Order: sequence, then C-alpha cells, then structure tokens
Amino acid sequence: MILLVDIILLAIAIVLASRAIFTRDILEATVLFAGYSFLLAVIWFELRSVDVSFTEAAVGAGVSTILLVAAIALTLRHEEEEEKSVFRNYFAVIACITFFMVLAFGLPDLPKIGDPNAPQNLHVVPRYIKGSYEESGVINIVTAILANYRGYDTLGEVTVIFTAGISVLLLLRRVLK
Amino acid sequence: MLDVIDVILTKYNYIIYMSLMTLGLYGMIGKSNLIKKLIGMSVFQYSIFLFYISIADVEGGIAPILVEREVTYTNPLPHVLILTAIVVAVSTLAVGLSLVIRIYREFGSVDENKILMRLKDD
Amino acid sequence: MRETGRGIILRTNAKFMVPFILLWGLYVLTHGTSGPGGGFQAGVVLAAGFILYAVVFGLEDTQKIFPFKVVLVIASLGVSIYAWIGVFAIVCGGNFLEYGKIPLAHEAAESSKLGIEMVEIGIGLTVMAIMLSIFYTFVQRGD
Repeated sequence: MILLVDIILLAIAIVLASRAIFTRDILEATVLFAGYSFLLAVIWFELRSVDVSFTEAAVGAGVSTILLVAAIALTLRHEEEEEKSVFRNYFAVIACITFFMVLAFGLPDLPKIGDPNAPQNLHVVPRYIKGSYEESGVINIVTAILANYRGYDTLGEVTVIFTAGISVLLLLRRVLK
Repeated sequence: MLDVIDVILTKYNYIIYMSLMTLGLYGMIGKSNLIKKLIGMSVFQYSIFLFYISIADVEGGIAPILVEREVTYTNPLPHVLILTAIVVAVSTLAVGLSLVIRIYREFGSVDENKILMRLKDD
Repeated sequence: MRETGRGIILRTNAKFMVPFILLWGLYVLTHGTSGPGGGFQAGVVLAAGFILYAVVFGLEDTQKIFPFKVVLVIASLGVSIYAWIGVFAIVCGGNFLEYGKIPLAHEAAESSKLGIEMVEIGIGLTVMAIMLSIFYTFVQRGD
C-alpha cells in the first residue's frame, strides 16, 4: 500500500461516512453513501483485489443506490425528529465507545499488514494457488476457489439471493401481472 | 506509554477501520429514522469488508490471476468470502427497505419513536 | 407523454450506452475464468444495463422487452442450472459438484473448467434476474 495515497483515501472515507450518518436529509445520505462505496472500490483496487473492487463498484455504487432512492421516493425525504445533539443518546454513545474499547483491546494481536507469514496466508491458500491450474484448469484463482473449492458455499449463496428476491416480492408486490 | 504510541503508528489503518465500524454502529442504534438505520448497517458491513480485504494483502504481491513468471500473489481466500458477502449485503438491504416501505404504508411514519407511540395507542 | 420519458440528451445517451453495457456484461460473464469477472459481476452489470433503460424510458417499455414473469423464470433457471450440474456430477460417478468427473473433455482439469463456466452462467442469470425483479417491485405502480 502506497502510504500517502492510502492515508488520504481512508481519511476521505471517514469524512464521507460520518457526514452520511449525521446529516438530516436522507437523499444527501444516500449520495454520500454511494460515494463511500465507490471510494471503497478504489481502495480495494489499490490493494490489488480486482474481483472484489469490480463487484463493489457495480453493486455498492450502482444497485444499492437505486434501491435507496426508490425507497426514499416511496417514503419520506427528511428526518422527522427535531434536532438533538449527539450526546443526548446516552445509551448509544456509551455502547459505541464500549465497542471501540473492546476492539482496541485486541489491536496489538492483529498481524502486520503485508506479512507473508501471517497465519491467514499459510495453511490452505498455497494449495489453492497451486491447484488452480492443475486441478481446476482456470487461471483466475478467485473463480477457481469460488466455483470449485468452495462451490457448495456459492450454491448456498445463490439460494440466499433468490430467497431475498422472493421475500421482496412477498412484501411489496401489489398486483401480479 | 511508548508501546501505545508504537501500536498506534504501525497499526493506524486498523484504528481507522474500527472508527468506521463504530460510526456504522452509532448509525444503527443512535438514529431513530429507519432508513438511516439501514444506511448505518451498510456502512458497518462495508467497513468489515474493508478490514478483511486489507489483511489479505501480501507485500509485493500481484492480483490473484496466474501469470507465467514466479511471483507472489495476494491471498485470494478473503476475496472469495467478501465477493459473496457483498451481494448478500445488497440483498439484505433490499429486504430491509421493503420492510420499511411496508411499515410506512401501515403507520404513516418512518421514525421509530412515532411508530412506537402509535403502537402504544392501539 | 412527459411522464414516461426524459429529455433528448438522456434518451440519446441511453440508447447509445445500453447495448455496450449489455455486451460488456456478457463479456465479463464468459471471461470469468481467464481474467477478473465471473457470475456475480456479470449479473449486476447486466441488471444495471436494463435498469438504466428502465430509468430513462419508463417501466412499461422495459416490461414489454422483459416481462416480469420471464424475469422470475430466469431467476429460477439459474439456481436450477447450478444444482442440477451438481447432481449430474453424482450421476457421472463423482461427489456433489465434482466437475472433474463429468465426461466433457479428456482431462479432469478441462472438464472442471467447462463445469465452472456453466455454473457461472447459472449464477449470472440468477443475480441479474433477482436484481431486476427487486427493481421492478420497488418502482411498480399497480394501484
């Protein structure tokens, strides 16, 4: 990761995410959320994960924004509660700070970024990389893992997408033409 | 004290991911508008994906598509998990939004406190 | 007349862009094994092409091209292709979803690659159809 580009992109991500959550106009939040998703796609491209970046740019900045805009068109555009400062929600703020402290407690144990001997790169991944051409015959390792080594998970996941589509139909379909 | 500063300097990106997760969590439980809660949920989900992809990075690695010469590849296994998770996240958002639309048609409001008051009146 | 279409700039641009988007989605679907791409990406890109057409030209025109019942049939077809290829692998003597045992080519790696490509087509069809059906449901006007 190139250090300066990395820091700038992550700083912009935090600014976009915080403005998206604290604004009172939901359409503005949607557009900022689309910007946040696309920025994440750019960060992932810089981390050389091309398949994920492709999917995120298409899904997060595309379909997800359309669905949010359609939902806002069918409900309300502005928040209804009157302006309250952040610190009135005692419970939420205390819960969030506790969450951050619990995560920070595990921070020294996390592996150094880019370490080739970190535990996530060691046990089963070299076999997948080697077997991607010999056993599966494809040169895109991600597709080989997705459709061959972990093919059963992908079948379950396509079923999850199908079920989500059916749920939306059950909830919202007025007249089945 | 010195190793706290050391941890912060070498692992600053984990701290940024944790802040994004905390922002998403605050959006989910601190805001009372239902669509804002769903946006907070999505921000939370995407920051978790960011965390996973960043630990898949290997120093000097290239994208995980096989080439002829001897190189190191970035770890492809988290990419596969997150690819699945992204499409599931948008499906979850779609179901959540259809629930919000039905709630709006039923109660006339997307604010959580107003809906609770209307439920108490019935 | 004004409700179902937009201005001249949007209509001209959409007419120009939609065929390229759909063609590129098909390219991503079939080249999932030799470059970045695959089923999920192609499904979303194809759905985005149809959604762009629906946003610019109106929902009725889009439903004349791609009626809602056809969309549901395609969604079910995608999952069925995936599951039945797995069962077919059992019939040919392997485990569930073991593509190497399907007698499509001489070596197991070749059969595996062809099996992966067929399964990716199934995934792409389902993802495209479900994204499109969710969009149709959100913007319908059936009163």
